[in-house]
Amino acid sequence: MADSRRSFLTASLGAASALAASGLPFPRISLGADDTLFVGLLCDQTGSYSADGEDLQKGYELAIEELNAGTGVMGKVLGGKKGVLGKKIVYKIADTQTKPDPAVQRATEFITQDKATMFTGGVSTAEVIAMEKTAQANKVLFMTGASGSNDTTGKDCQRYAFRSQCDAYMVSKALAPVLAAKLGKKRRAVYLVPDYSYGHSLADSMKEFTEKEGWTTVAQVVAPFPTSDYSSYLTNIANANADTFVNIEFGNDGVSSTKQAAQFGVLKKMQLVVPNISTYFADGVGADIMAGVYGTLPWSFRLQDRYPMAKLFVENFTKKFGIRPRWTAQIAYDQIAIWADACYRAKSIASADVIKVLEEGHPIELSLGKVSYRAGDHQLVRPVPIVLGKKPEAMQGKDDFFEILEVVPGESVMQPLNLTGCTLPPV
Amino acid sequence: MALVALGLTIVFGLLGFVNFAHGAIFTAGAYGGWVVYTKTDSFVLGIIAALATTFVLGIVIERLLIRSYYNRPPEDQILVTFGLAIVIVETIRAIFTGQTQMFNTPAWGNGVINVAGIFYPQYRLEVIGVVAVTLLAIYLLIYKTKIGLIVRAGIDDPLVVNLLGINVRRTFMFVFAMGAALAGLAGVFDSPLLAVNPDMGTDVLVQSFVVIVIGGVGSFGGAIVGGLIAGEIISLATAFIPDYSQALLYVAMALVLILRPQGLFGVVGRS
Repeated sequence: MADSRRSFLTASLGAASALAASGLPFPRISLGADDTLFVGLLCDQTGSYSADGEDLQKGYELAIEELNAGTGVMGKVLGGKKGVLGKKIVYKIADTQTKPDPAVQRATEFITQDKATMFTGGVSTAEVIAMEKTAQANKVLFMTGASGSNDTTGKDCQRYAFRSQCDAYMVSKALAPVLAAKLGKKRRAVYLVPDYSYGHSLADSMKEFTEKEGWTTVAQVVAPFPTSDYSSYLTNIANANADTFVNIEFGNDGVSSTKQAAQFGVLKKMQLVVPNISTYFADGVGADIMAGVYGTLPWSFRLQDRYPMAKLFVENFTKKFGIRPRWTAQIAYDQIAIWADACYRAKSIASADVIKVLEEGHPIELSLGKVSYRAGDHQLVRPVPIVLGKKPEAMQGKDDFFEILEVVPGESVMQPLNLTGCTLPPV
Repeated sequence: MALVALGLTIVFGLLGFVNFAHGAIFTAGAYGGWVVYTKTDSFVLGIIAALATTFVLGIVIERLLIRSYYNRPPEDQILVTFGLAIVIVETIRAIFTGQTQMFNTPAWGNGVINVAGIFYPQYRLEVIGVVAVTLLAIYLLIYKTKIGLIVRAGIDDPLVVNLLGINVRRTFMFVFAMGAALAGLAGVFDSPLLAVNPDMGTDVLVQSFVVIVIGGVGSFGGAIVGGLIAGEIISLATAFIPDYSQALLYVAMALVLILRPQGLFGVVGRS
């Protein structure tokens, strides 16, 4: 060993940038012939939201399999037609690493090298907004994966992008009245917020609507994204003189912060509210912590009791993968279904034609009942399920963490168009 | 944090080897501990399992791979361990899926202690105790025992030590495995705090490199002081200017590099 400290540092730096740049795409079947259509799937296989990304990927895989076979929910929606306008769907899956840069890089490769008809995916708002811009710049349709920020269909909205998850405004407007009814109108809330678009957007909306119900916001603690040790943030929260802890953190960060909050005794002193519960949040923190927690889930397999399409989706998903789908899988499946349906209506696969049909807002019956896109900002008009964590002894199966308190209709909670800040660029 | 950094700095400082797979070994320790802890409901057995898993893992990779890289430039070492990290993490993902696993705080760690008006989780205090004992033990091992003497001598002049009839290769293997076991220990103790999934080691690696740079590469005391300084910077900054807490850590690192490039406890020109 004859190398100096300097060369060690230079080399470390080099490896760190190699780490940042490594994309590791996972190529799948690509026939490339004229009777196929290429769709690019961008899933978070590594990074902070990788578990959500895995569920997302499963949703896409089932969706495309059933679309090509004309079965399942796809079969019902499209009347048993196979593929899209006689063409078989082929796809590749790429890892976004839960970061915007690799996401844009992979999406651009799909567009330029694979001639993607459409691309879809992403779990973090930061990635999704970045890919929306890629879609607009290249004029290729992008059906977003999971993204809960208002900005996705607000100030960063794009003509070539459509978002199906409920945004922060919808979540908060639906959740706040339920919280006030169940927990009272005189609550003092403290917020833990991840420092990026999604975090600030959801925290701001939650504050607005809970304050309308009479709540007081006593403090907001902002933590960088991602963070692993929350001790210093939780000390501030524990000393905030609040009775309600609103945790905006998502994915792994949501799990770590909540586990540590329990250790700090925060959850004994305060009621926990998680406005947007991530896919595997409950699995990570466990049923003991989850019991009695209020929040919203974009979708849950429990909705199979209300919607027939949800029942069929859960059945087929469970058959294929041996586990029940989570909400990221539902977003993936339904986005593919909505796109395929729009292609048939447009009798075209050209992004511009498909966008026109999507903007017409034809209701389509899927696993959240009838949903349709709003022309003005490309937000899906869809219900918001409000949930309460079950006690461990009330759970039926190890993934049955939630009881559905209410399903708030989408129309009643949509943000008024003039407030979204969205100006769609021309086609 | 100090444990992870210490494992890293022992391997780098004593063997002169840059180990980018350290974060992955941390994850392997967490999973080894998790499997046994969930099966037996005993955190102590989980700790033993984590130590055993990573110690054996350390021996295996040292024997099969690392040994051939001691005399190669750090670029090669970084590349090979970076690749190794991917293999370890993806193997864990293939076996356990990418899903976050539940890892409870052990019963004896549940509780909050009131230290002079500030509430602090019992578990963290206990971990601080464990870390202190471990650090002391490692210190004694390296500086006060015959094994430590051989290790240090072997690093200074492997040839002479070999001529004295001592198996230097085996000693190096032991040191590497010990560094790995320290990462494993940190992994299992951090699991009740973190989301346990295959990527949990990524941030840990980056932060421990910062700790080492602040403390001084290859310095025992440096790893501990560096860890404490990094922790203090983040805590104090979070209390007063939370938005900049992480940035300040790197500012501190940059300042150390400018003012004292060898690190606070590093020795100038150490090769």
